[in-house]
Amino acid sequence: MRDASALVLLVAGAAFVGAGTVGLFRFPDVLSRLHALAKADNLGFGLIVAGLVVRADSPATAVKLVLIWLLVLLASTTSAYLIAHRALHRDGGA
Amino acid sequence: MVVAILVWLAAWALFTGRVFRSGVLFIAFGLTMAIAWVRLGAPDIALAEAAIGAGVIGVSILHAAVQMADRERREQRARPDGPPVEARTTVPPRWSRLRGRTLASLVAAGALGGILVGAVWRLPEAPAGLGPLVDARLSESGASHPVTAVLLNFRAYDTWLEIGVLLLTALAALAVRRETDLRTAIRSAGGDPLVASFTGQAVPVVILTGVLLLSVGTFGPGGAFQAGAMLGALGVLLYLAGHRAVTAIPGTTLRLWLMLGIVAFLIAAVAPLPAGDPLLRIPSGRATATILAIEVAVTASIALTLALLFVTAIPPRDPPMPPGRSDRA
Amino acid sequence: MDVALQIVALFLLVNLSVGLVRVLLGPTSEDRMVATLLFGTTGVALILVLADLQDSAPVRDVALVFVVLAALATIAFGTRGPSRG
Repeated sequence: MRDASALVLLVAGAAFVGAGTVGLFRFPDVLSRLHALAKADNLGFGLIVAGLVVRADSPATAVKLVLIWLLVLLASTTSAYLIAHRALHRDGGA
Repeated sequence: MVVAILVWLAAWALFTGRVFRSGVLFIAFGLTMAIAWVRLGAPDIALAEAAIGAGVIGVSILHAAVQMADRERREQRARPDGPPVEARTTVPPRWSRLRGRTLASLVAAGALGGILVGAVWRLPEAPAGLGPLVDARLSESGASHPVTAVLLNFRAYDTWLEIGVLLLTALAALAVRRETDLRTAIRSAGGDPLVASFTGQAVPVVILTGVLLLSVGTFGPGGAFQAGAMLGALGVLLYLAGHRAVTAIPGTTLRLWLMLGIVAFLIAAVAPLPAGDPLLRIPSGRATATILAIEVAVTASIALTLALLFVTAIPPRDPPMPPGRSDRA
Repeated sequence: MDVALQIVALFLLVNLSVGLVRVLLGPTSEDRMVATLLFGTTGVALILVLADLQDSAPVRDVALVFVVLAALATIAFGTRGPSRG
């Protein structure tokens, strides 16, 4: 049962990551590509981590995984914002 | 598959004409290498590769490229009718000239690769190597992780000299800057709130991770180099966010700090002498404590060295020289 | 289950490499910086799955390092020196 739910989560996560990658190529401009990647990849990541947490062999591992997840959330938000900010302002000049 | 990606990335990073692209690809390459190391079951190397190769050095290259591009753009805007100032960030490969050399180096690389493959093929089925030797004496070494035991006890000499090399690098970096005062390297991030908040939240995490890597090093993958790299990255982060942590260190303290690692080793090396023991003989009774002490000092030195290398990579902003005046260095 | 994990890992790796093609194509430098975003999420996911496959805690530490560095790279890219606004 545990394995089954982990599998569902993992596959769902992978699917979202795949969607993000597709978005990377199908969208016409930088900002929308960024949008697609950031959202989809993050969601996919979260789901994958959830799947791994279900499979975790000890509470310590699970906690570590959750901490990594939080850190990724923090880091990817900042990253996406910075890249978008740069993209926006280079066209505006100065 | 990872190998294919690696080779592709490497080739691309080398042959692309634009510095910025190379920087990004270098980071991608470093991280992919780390993935390869993980697959090969060598987390120690993966940690070091990710932290140092991709992390500090890759970011250095990237940062330099970004600064150069910015400077170009500013100069371009200041002289709108001047010639396009693309020179510094583009290195157009001259294909005709490149072809001969490229071919030669490809052939050489292929030959080297062939020799290596041949050698590996002929190795005995299960080469014992030094593994069993290390395992046999592991309990006396003061560390239960074989890698740490080798680095900091059995082959401590090598590590000591490596730290020496790092120190030389730091000194060279300092010497290349014409001013010895780091304070000219201060920059502000424009007060970007998100960066500030990220830094605020990330700093404790990175410190904790660094300490974790250091302390875990005795029992498992981790240790001084990785921890030092993490903390070095922390220094870089603080610098990028406009914080004065690294640049405000006064010169004397800076130099002493850089020397911590090598001095720690020196002490450990010289201590056994009075008792008639050879240089750098670590007594098995106090091995763990000694190793840990050395590791802490080494971590501190490595962290500062790496952060320093990054900070000094961009030359101070020289005021524009009026034409006709020669450069008085 | 192991097989499923390996398939997921492989899939993530493929995604990673396909994403790198975007780095090749550009056209803007921001597109290329997407590499850090990719490695910071998909790359970390890949490492974590590998950690599970190998049942190795240190590999999770590698994931930690990945995240911090990806973020650092983006910050290096995104922040400006003093003479810019």
